[in-house]
Amino acid sequence: MTQNIERHKYDIVVIGAGGAGLRAAVEAREAGLTVAIVCKSLFGKAHTVMAEGGAAASMGNVNEKDNWMVHFRDTMRGGKFLNHYRMAELHAKEAPDRIWELETWGALFDRTKEGKISQRNFGGHEYPRLAHVGDRTGLELIRTMQQRIVALQQIDGRETGNPETNIRVFAEVTITEILKENGRVAGAYGYRRENGVEVLFEAPAVVIATGGVGKTFKITSNSWEGTGDGHALALKAGANLVDMEFLQFHPTGMVWPLSVKGILVTESVRGEGGILTNSLGERFMFKYIPDVFKNQYADNVEEADRWYIDQDNNRRPPELLPRDEVARAINSEVKAGRGTEHGGVFLDVSKRLSAEIIKKRLPSMWHQFYELAGVDITKEAMEVGPTCHYVMGGVEVNPDTAAAVGVDGLYAAGEVAGGMHGSNRLGGNSLTDLLVFGRRAGMGAVEYVKSHGANPVTDSTIEKATTRIAAPFTRTGGENAYSLHQELQEITHNLVGIIRTKAELTEAIEKIADIRKRSANISVTGDRMFNPGFHLAFDLDNMLLVAESTAKSALLREESRGGHTRDDFPGMNPTWRQVNHISSFDGTKVEIKAQPLPVLPKELFDLFDIHELEKYMTPQEIAKGGSN
Amino acid sequence: MARTLKLRIWRGNDEDGALQDVTVEGNNGEVVLDIIHRVQATQMGDLAVRWNCKAGKCGSCSMEINGKPRLACMTQISAYGEDEVITITPLRAFPVIKDLVTDVSFNYKKALEVRAYEHPVDLKPGEARMEQVDVERSQEFRKCIECFLCQDTCHVIRDHEENKKSFAGPRFFIRIAELDMHPLDTLRNRKQTAQSEHGLGMCNITKCCTEVCPEHIRITDNAIIPMKERVVDVKYDPLRWLGSVIRKRDGIL
Repeated sequence: MTQNIERHKYDIVVIGAGGAGLRAAVEAREAGLTVAIVCKSLFGKAHTVMAEGGAAASMGNVNEKDNWMVHFRDTMRGGKFLNHYRMAELHAKEAPDRIWELETWGALFDRTKEGKISQRNFGGHEYPRLAHVGDRTGLELIRTMQQRIVALQQIDGRETGNPETNIRVFAEVTITEILKENGRVAGAYGYRRENGVEVLFEAPAVVIATGGVGKTFKITSNSWEGTGDGHALALKAGANLVDMEFLQFHPTGMVWPLSVKGILVTESVRGEGGILTNSLGERFMFKYIPDVFKNQYADNVEEADRWYIDQDNNRRPPELLPRDEVARAINSEVKAGRGTEHGGVFLDVSKRLSAEIIKKRLPSMWHQFYELAGVDITKEAMEVGPTCHYVMGGVEVNPDTAAAVGVDGLYAAGEVAGGMHGSNRLGGNSLTDLLVFGRRAGMGAVEYVKSHGANPVTDSTIEKATTRIAAPFTRTGGENAYSLHQELQEITHNLVGIIRTKAELTEAIEKIADIRKRSANISVTGDRMFNPGFHLAFDLDNMLLVAESTAKSALLREESRGGHTRDDFPGMNPTWRQVNHISSFDGTKVEIKAQPLPVLPKELFDLFDIHELEKYMTPQEIAKGGSN
Repeated sequence: MARTLKLRIWRGNDEDGALQDVTVEGNNGEVVLDIIHRVQATQMGDLAVRWNCKAGKCGSCSMEINGKPRLACMTQISAYGEDEVITITPLRAFPVIKDLVTDVSFNYKKALEVRAYEHPVDLKPGEARMEQVDVERSQEFRKCIECFLCQDTCHVIRDHEENKKSFAGPRFFIRIAELDMHPLDTLRNRKQTAQSEHGLGMCNITKCCTEVCPEHIRITDNAIIPMKERVVDVKYDPLRWLGSVIRKRDGIL
């Protein structure tokens, strides 16, 4: 078998061709290194394409009071102060440059009257901050990055005669393993989805940019690719995951018809003035404003409505609370019997905006509801409910270089990396996260390769990787990967969902372990030619590790914060805020250990009102006033 | 409400294949992609289908349903009658890899041939100023999700493999138009290269591409025709141009 494998050598391998991966690749190429971009789908189809609302960057184009410090504060608040402060700081500082850079590569954002990049309101952001293109901002971002890659290939083509001299895209390739030699990264191994041919990438540095884990759950806004591949690859390579208990359930996914359940309804609908009501017609969000947000959010309809006209003298409508708050509120309303026929609540933008403006500002939403649900959102309300959208937890990295802690030569950026968003991500912070840390991962990997050089892969390492890929075909009459996947999704949905308890999490951990045991006996019908059953066998293995990590971290965290709500431990606990949960993998099971959260340095501590920090921190932390 | 669906799914590879009859349950509100997934999970574990977002945003699940190029994720089963057999086949303009999956690399090769955006050298990041009305023209084309349905349906390549070499196809005509209308792009001869390098002249404006576009981009009216008109304005006498195309096609030139 080993003689038939495809072999390639690059300076850097980037796994994942979404915003973060492509940005990393651009950085590597511009530094003069060679880079392979490996992705599971076709080039340009990555989940980044699904991002709708926009990219948060404090350019101050709409409200000049905005700056990185305000953005940093919003990000920390949104994450309930569990964020790695340094990531939030770098992100807030560098996001505007990353957006402007896209414009130099041809991106066309919507404009203000002065001709600058327009910025829109979004949940948790104090000022209008999201650069956007209608409600298809992710598409603009991925296409711009894709076309930037093509532009660089064209330059290489003109100079060398071969456009793939420095950057080559390997589409529809699954990576099954990060290879290591001498204790550090040596490359990556996988197979072509088209025909099962195995591919070896020898490279001293690997950037993981594989996105999220949504397919672990039953109702999700994620595409099939969101199977936690990078999370699992990193764990297996010896890296850590941080805070995997935090999953963002986006408050507004479609709930009807069944086949579209989970598909995202952009937060821009609320940003543009959409209101949430229950089956009694009550605008219920006023009941769910937590104490920590009382100063920023209106507690009556009149003030909330005035905010759309005068943002300086009114507090924001509670529909624009951070996503975790809105998701929990909707969940409570439905549980209390005030939900819609299909188990959601109503989201209505038709009463505030004209049909023409709705179609202009929310074109994909109009399209999506009209074609998939037969609902005209310019005339009637949408039915929406929470959907698994984003994982805040991810690979533990060095904030400045995106280097994975514990594995030399491994880097991670974007959704697969942890820390940036704390316990809850603000809408719009993901797209700029991709760009800021994609670039930093590229830079980090470049520095590493320049100082370390090649690290050849040995035959025995290849042998192990190839045996693993062949395994599902050697078994007959074993478990069906599709059924096991469905079982896993039921477990996570029912036992590790929005609201969690000790008993349910304990049950989940047992059941996930059972599926894991059975999954060792998966058999696959057919051959290696574009065989989805075969592909799922590997995806499932990744999802099982992610689910185990999430359930175990969730069981340990005895508080409710952001994307982790414990029915048996309601409310935030300042002591728990000082704790990160670190997952590691010993080859058979995931282990979780507590690790102290990095302490805010004084200059960042001082950016906050002390009374606000008192809501999150212990008196000792307040008294200390930061780390120095 | 459940119903029983009769499908005919094309199964095979680049050498051989045939339609196979399948009976499967369907529920109200489901789309064709849901049904394919059910067939996959219960009857044909190795049925190959390319898909991704399942929300009409990524353009991966392009195929032909009852002969029409469509996104399977945006095609409701309710569009088909109770007794109607739904025939599902791979995109015809591209080589089959397996079952419903085709080799669309043609499109990526063509993408590489269209000269990239060129930013004004003296315009620094953050300094660009553009009117909304000016960016909207190009934004229409940037809605493209690269499903390649327009490429599949375009008869210039659908039935004429030999044209593929010299014809970029509707997807790349809108890419060229997008750059041509981009308020900042500095490369000035895009319309001419559309004609001379990318085969714009071979399009005879039957608008099939516009009809199948799931993003409702007015490919012919807003991109192809304006470029053709201006190319004619600038350079060509229409009669001589038509004559040269006809001769070229017949292999005289």
